[in-house]
Amino acid sequence: MPIFSLASPELALLILSGLILLIDVFTPQRLRFLTYLLVQATLVVAFLLAIAQYRHHAELLVTFNGHYVVDKLAILLKLFIYVMSFASFAYAREYIEERKIASSEYYILGLFCVMGMSVMASAYSLLTIYLGLELLSLPLYALVASHKDSQQATEAAMKYFVMGALASGMLLYGISILYGLTGSIQIPEIARLIHAAPTATVSLALIFILAALLFKFGAVPFHMWVPDVYQGAPTSVTLFIASAPKIAAFGITMRILVQALPELHVAWEQILTVIAFLSMFFGNLLAIVQTNIKRMLAYSSIAHIGYSLLGIIAGPSSHDGYSAALFYITTYVLVAAGAFGIVALLSRTGIEADQLEDYRGLNARNPWLAFMLLLLMFSMAGVPPTVGFFAKLGLLVSLVEAHRVWLAVAALVFALIGAYYYLRVVMLMYFEEPTEANASKPVTLSWDMQLAVTVNGVAVLALGVLPSALIDLCRIVI
Amino acid sequence: MQVVHIVFYIFAAMAVVSALVVISVRNPVRSVLALVVTFFSMAGVWMILSAEFLSLILLLVYVGAVMTLFLFVVMMLNANSTGSREGFTRYLPFGILLVLLLVALMIISFGSSFTQLPAPVPPGADYSNVTQLGAVLYTEYAYPFEIAGVLLLAAIVAAISLAHRTPKQRKSQNINEQLRVRREDRVRLVKMPPEKKNDLS
Repeated sequence: MPIFSLASPELALLILSGLILLIDVFTPQRLRFLTYLLVQATLVVAFLLAIAQYRHHAELLVTFNGHYVVDKLAILLKLFIYVMSFASFAYAREYIEERKIASSEYYILGLFCVMGMSVMASAYSLLTIYLGLELLSLPLYALVASHKDSQQATEAAMKYFVMGALASGMLLYGISILYGLTGSIQIPEIARLIHAAPTATVSLALIFILAALLFKFGAVPFHMWVPDVYQGAPTSVTLFIASAPKIAAFGITMRILVQALPELHVAWEQILTVIAFLSMFFGNLLAIVQTNIKRMLAYSSIAHIGYSLLGIIAGPSSHDGYSAALFYITTYVLVAAGAFGIVALLSRTGIEADQLEDYRGLNARNPWLAFMLLLLMFSMAGVPPTVGFFAKLGLLVSLVEAHRVWLAVAALVFALIGAYYYLRVVMLMYFEEPTEANASKPVTLSWDMQLAVTVNGVAVLALGVLPSALIDLCRIVI
Repeated sequence: MQVVHIVFYIFAAMAVVSALVVISVRNPVRSVLALVVTFFSMAGVWMILSAEFLSLILLLVYVGAVMTLFLFVVMMLNANSTGSREGFTRYLPFGILLVLLLVALMIISFGSSFTQLPAPVPPGADYSNVTQLGAVLYTEYAYPFEIAGVLLLAAIVAAISLAHRTPKQRKSQNINEQLRVRREDRVRLVKMPPEKKNDLS
């Protein structure tokens, strides 16, 4: 008999999203605002249930015949996922209202994505990992296409769908090889049986699975979809794609690489080293030449994924490489959500504020918003006292500890290159005059959006000043 | 070589050839028909693996229902050989390179170890695929099964939200409005000062 209470966050998400679907159908058009509130309330409920689990379950518990696991890692990932999804829905509200995107479907599909990520976070068999990934991706494709009037969005959705289907196929092929070798799809069983299997065949499975995972992360050379999708999708969807799914992808990477295939750590360390290096190189270099801020942030996300992979590389031979990677990806996601959030807030009906030119002289138009974007850009560049500095520091320390000094030096050099285009945004905002078309238009925000941006920006600063709590949390779970 | 092997190779060859036909013919209807053949030969392979239930489901659901629907849609849309082949020669070298790499990878990894892998134990005479599936599907695999169900729900919501257009975007007649129309809505009487003829006299 499975212990249903362990899966309470997922069950709550499922039941409540079913209810919301029904309520939404019978709600008159003018009360559709209710759907948004209910979706956010669902996320709060799931968050509270996960917190209750964190208090009660100190040790690893497996249920549903080994398909579901509750450990500190799963619970913490879920908490992060719920918070970031809450933030991305909050940022999205005004944006999609202005563009007449069907809002109830938007939030409900988003809720399905959250459910998929939740399943991924506590998946303990390859089958559940795959299903969770699909449950995340399928609504995401639809969300990207949700702005039907935009040709760009449709094209981006098509690209995302085709590439995503290819990645799913590769993941399934790798899983099938692993199953053929070990006769099991359970993560601990695979870890136990894998050493008896021939190495060459296991490497083949590893390569296919890694390719699929890196595709979901958007690391070089599987990054081709990232700039197009980030630019083409409605900004609120870009914000969503750039935030919570990265945390979930980190979760399944930990399960597959570290928990199922620890025997092969030499092989995946080598592969990831090449990929992290290339991601940092191409991500930072190609971001410099972009004039579209969404595209620039897309390339920057490729670079940041490269950085967080460094932690996984350092993991097996250092003290807390994995926790550094988790810390890095969490804080990056927070910062990216804020940056895309500001892009979404500056956009008005019919106007996308996605060119760098639109940020010229932002300080004169709305000083507070400019200051928040300054904090976010500083954090991405890794300038103290923002949180990005400590994230990078933790990674470099664990890299040096793992005797990969050259990689740490390379990461530092690429970070310096990256600082150029982050600081260019800051320079445009503070030291340039607004363009003539924009000069007369001050930026006004509604109070809740103002609050969201402020919380996000202050969190980046506060975590930078007092990072120890979150660092400790990341250290405990792994 | 046993009869089973010969049957397997026939089905496998059919699957590969028809899959190639799917992506190479210009006419979409033929492409769909070739896909039917691919599914059919895969069903044959599954039958050899004594997965009779799945094999029949594949035939009934995919070949019988999904592909027929697909065929109807393709015929109704009348999508006639619109696919251009501009990129074909340009991307061909890259594609071949990728395929060669993958094949080499597989040969390296499977080539030596292929014989080392233990052969699967042939199922006994009283083995029933349906019983096996029924025994585990709702017990051991209940959780993945439920997620698959949620996945279908999400797919339905996604499909409807993509295909549905609000009435404002759709061109449709509103009979009620048309019948309720009054003269005042359509004809406007404009008072104008009479104009003089601009004669020269």
